Amino acid sequence: MTRLTRVIAPGSNEPKLPDVDMSTRLAGVTLSSPVMTASGCAGYGRELDQFFDITEIGAVVTKSIMMQPRSGRPTPRMAETPSGMLNSIGLQGPGIDQFVERDLAWLEQRGARVVVSIAGSTADEYIRLAQKLRHSSAVTALEVNISCPNVEDRGLVFACDPVASATVIEGARRNSAPGTPVFAKLSPDVTDIVAIARACVDAGADGLSMVNTMLGVVIDTDTMLPHLGGVTGGLSGPAIRPVAVRAVWQVHSAMPEVPIIGMGGISSGADAFEFILAGASAVQVGTSIFNDPSAPIRVAHELQQLLGDRGVRRLEDAVGHAHRQQAVSQSDPQPAQPAPEEPQSPDDEEPNS
Amino acid sequence: MSAVQVRGEVLSIRRVGAYHQLTLVAPGVAEQVRPGHFVALAVGGETSAHLLRRAFSVYRTQDRGVYGGTVDIVFAEHGPGTRWLAHVRQHDSIDVVGPLGKPFALPKEPVPCTLVGGGYGSAPLFTLAEQLRERGCRVDFVLGAATEARLFGVLDAKRMSQSVAVATEDGSLGERGRVTDVLPEVLSRTKADVIYACGPMGMLAAVADLAARFGAHSQCAVEEAMACGVGVCMTCVLPVIGDDGVTRMVRSCVEGPVFRGDAVRWADVGTVPEGTWGSPAVGGERS
Repeated sequence: MTRLTRVIAPGSNEPKLPDVDMSTRLAGVTLSSPVMTASGCAGYGRELDQFFDITEIGAVVTKSIMMQPRSGRPTPRMAETPSGMLNSIGLQGPGIDQFVERDLAWLEQRGARVVVSIAGSTADEYIRLAQKLRHSSAVTALEVNISCPNVEDRGLVFACDPVASATVIEGARRNSAPGTPVFAKLSPDVTDIVAIARACVDAGADGLSMVNTMLGVVIDTDTMLPHLGGVTGGLSGPAIRPVAVRAVWQVHSAMPEVPIIGMGGISSGADAFEFILAGASAVQVGTSIFNDPSAPIRVAHELQQLLGDRGVRRLEDAVGHAHRQQAVSQSDPQPAQPAPEEPQSPDDEEPNS
Repeated sequence: MSAVQVRGEVLSIRRVGAYHQLTLVAPGVAEQVRPGHFVALAVGGETSAHLLRRAFSVYRTQDRGVYGGTVDIVFAEHGPGTRWLAHVRQHDSIDVVGPLGKPFALPKEPVPCTLVGGGYGSAPLFTLAEQLRERGCRVDFVLGAATEARLFGVLDAKRMSQSVAVATEDGSLGERGRVTDVLPEVLSRTKADVIYACGPMGMLAAVADLAARFGAHSQCAVEEAMACGVGVCMTCVLPVIGDDGVTRMVRSCVEGPVFRGDAVRWADVGTVPEGTWGSPAVGGERS
């Protein structure tokens, strides 16, 4: 099969990118790139592999999988909103067994890094999902989706309650392979996201993914009824980016040692950089994929270019930089720069803190 | 086939009745298009607040030599995306992804075929007609719309078929009524083995039903709302019965947009019918 070259993005023509170490460490796992796909926006990787080489990004984060096959919600499942969209897919998927046999196997054979997103209706379902994936060599990390808004009962959104979040995360952590980091995916629709984040970390989460969609409603003014078949839906896209950056900012500020994967409206390298500066060690590109199916690799290239332009030689030096800037500017008139680092051999992947 | 993403360039845009016909230079896309394929366009330019792709079935493609291949689409101004599209000018660039979806299945034998189009939904039927005729198939058209201005391609159809039946709801051209009012007579006359249809859901449902009554196969291209067009967003699903008899919510962008008329549960579109694979009634995790 011939892969025709796309000619739209600056990333497509083998650009000469500046020499920046883009690798990132997430709870013991090193990724060559900090940019991943966001769960629910990339299927299981196959479709996007037409548009860019999915092995070149940090990881493919798969659509949240449940134990059983799931039909999802009725249509309409989507409404376009200013700089975003509302969706109520309802976790449509083939169930864990078919996912492992068909989709995860394909991703492994393709050579992609895979973060598997799991979702359950009960704490026990998360445990059984973790057990199903425990021995799979294809799984780089787990992302525990405790925050999908498209469930029938809002009371089942574990991420709205610290105790429920902790219960799910503890079960998933205990039943996953010791070397596989477990990330808790949090909802921005909470009063105190730091409290939820802390509960997840205390329960054993190795890191946090922030944020999931925000709950919304669109009403069709012609029919005078809710537009979505599921009535409520999750708002995503650039419209929610400042909310997501705020969540990352607050949690990194409270727990700077906890690895964060940031997502919410990232559509450019500059958007991704905001999350990095706020404290994320990696980012995910989601809704923007619908606009530009090569967005993940484009964002990665733009981010690298942007870091190079600012003289940052290692992505990791920029993580949380906005906090340092603030701390310094309060005491020191000198503008803070990312600390200059000794030259590193590119294959040095050891922690060097 | 592999879909590609290219920066398309507007070669021309012109009004055709109530619609707009846009010709885009889209090298790599045009060469792969088969009848029934669609393209997904980004709208609103680089700073657009409208993120979702707009899907359009391909009217025709042409090899333009030095320009590269061009893709023509036909559209009506419905919302902000198509309004923006209606105001593009020559040399503007538009991000194009395509070709997408499953095209019309063609008969192996030279059987009579009737092609049914509602409004500008007829757009993909003309290249289909050409290919059917190359296979020796008899081709008849049935075109319908609310008004004469909202018909598309009547002259094209006349040029490439045995007969063209037209129905308009206001009677401004052809029979007063809908395509399904004139289709039974056409099917009786042409003894069509295959009916190809593209248009609104209600029309497709009625055509599929008529095809079944006349013992004909039907191939229906659906128009479902899509966010991405490439198979990752899961918004464009509809209930379709598989070869194993099981109903699944399938993506019209990758498993469609062309479906066998007898496989789609037309009356249940917009719902998740009871018994659907993975629906709460059977096997959904609800403990």
